[in-house]
Amino acid sequence: MQLEAKDIGFRYGDGPWLFQGVNLTLEPGEIVGITGPSGRGKTTLCRILAGFEAPIEGAVHFNGAPLPNNGYHPVQMVLQHPEKAINPRWKMHKILNEGYQPDKELLDLLGIEREWLTRWPHELSGGELQRFCVARALGPNTRYLIADEMTTMLDANTQAQIWHAVIEIAKKREMGIIVVTHESNLMRRLCHRVIDFNK
Amino acid sequence: MSILEVENLSVSFKQYTDGFKEINHKVISSLNVTLEAGKILAVVGASGSGKSLLAHAILGILPSNANVSGIIKYEGKELTPIRQTALRGKEIALVPQSVNFLDPLMRVGNQVRTSVKNGDAVSAQRKVFERYRLGKEVEDMYPFQLSGGMARRTLLSTAMVSDAKVIIADEPTPGLDPVVIKEALDNFREFADNGCAVMLITHDIESALQIADKIAVFYAGTTVEIAPVEDFVGNGEAIRHPYTKALWRALPQNEFRPIPGSQPHPSSLPPGCLFEPRCEMATAECRQAPPKMRELRDGMVRCIHAT
Repeated sequence: MQLEAKDIGFRYGDGPWLFQGVNLTLEPGEIVGITGPSGRGKTTLCRILAGFEAPIEGAVHFNGAPLPNNGYHPVQMVLQHPEKAINPRWKMHKILNEGYQPDKELLDLLGIEREWLTRWPHELSGGELQRFCVARALGPNTRYLIADEMTTMLDANTQAQIWHAVIEIAKKREMGIIVVTHESNLMRRLCHRVIDFNK
Repeated sequence: MSILEVENLSVSFKQYTDGFKEINHKVISSLNVTLEAGKILAVVGASGSGKSLLAHAILGILPSNANVSGIIKYEGKELTPIRQTALRGKEIALVPQSVNFLDPLMRVGNQVRTSVKNGDAVSAQRKVFERYRLGKEVEDMYPFQLSGGMARRTLLSTAMVSDAKVIIADEPTPGLDPVVIKEALDNFREFADNGCAVMLITHDIESALQIADKIAVFYAGTTVEIAPVEDFVGNGEAIRHPYTKALWRALPQNEFRPIPGSQPHPSSLPPGCLFEPRCEMATAECRQAPPKMRELRDGMVRCIHAT
């Protein structure tokens, strides 16, 4: 169930190469950090690994084969701004159950209160919304989670709550995680190894 | 010397549900903060704790369904809506969150020049761009041509040339890399060292601690503690309020241990202390009435048990 990026390169249109020859192998259960200044293509790399974008050069392999084009994607991504990742015209329960039905245990672990399910997105705070985005991404067939500045907009307590829940699930399911953050303390706390995207 | 005082501020929003049924959501209740010349006050709290609403209340830019009570004083005199209109952008400046606050159809050099109230606008704008290492070509660019960091520096320039005495910066740092963050924070320190009062609104205690003199902690629309930065050391023994302690302990470089639960929604606030349902120290007395803000060891706290 390895996730492997082989010599991938990417550029937008005819622009300059954002990066080339990037190699990355992620084992099940491994937590890897990616760091580097803004604008170097960290988010683009994440989008390629999660299948939102196809690399111009190289390939991404999951379990020895190319990433699947249909069905549930084994690599799921959580973004920095939850308000931009959900449908503002859906109530929270519809957002939560779009991909699958999360069980009670997961909701409790992430601290999602039942009362929130009948609310509209604009009635919840960023920290509350982000819990839904995490729950939504943690379907039973998710093998790798990409957390792109997942808790950057949240206060310290909510950040710790969400990460504790995610790490516990990752351990139980042997799920791999990629952590993109500028916060070196968080990186040190969470990751087994860190890749510097500065080169 | 205090420039801006906020006393007992409450803000509520009028909303209509089920047709004509009117409800009032109280989002800020009995809030107190003071800004002093030459000092930086960091306002720290979770999203939804009323940090940005405080900024908007000071500038008088809340939406029309907002109901404000309490007193805001600027230079000793009450800040009325008329004074707010006259002073905002001149003596009280806002550094907004994102590039979205720039006019997309106006060259950024011109935007900065409109903020110059005295003297030669062009030379003032060029001088401030040079200080922030924005190249000469930048003044002719439109906002969409700027990177996030350049946009941030443009917004800062606008506040810098305005001769403002009070600067309110709303979440100026998230998602930026450490180099740009440091630069932005250093700029605020410099504003303050030049005699301005700065209010730095952030959810990030770490960056607040780097430059602020005092930290005001918000929870569910009120201030629970105002403390000097020096108190944020070790295991947080010097911190007064249990919520502040919890925030400090939850930092990844400290224990990274969160407390359960989340901030109450404005429509279902507890009758007593707002933090009581999540507090380890809570007693029956805490449920009786909201505690008053009181002075404690060179700071302020809203907790009857704090020592």
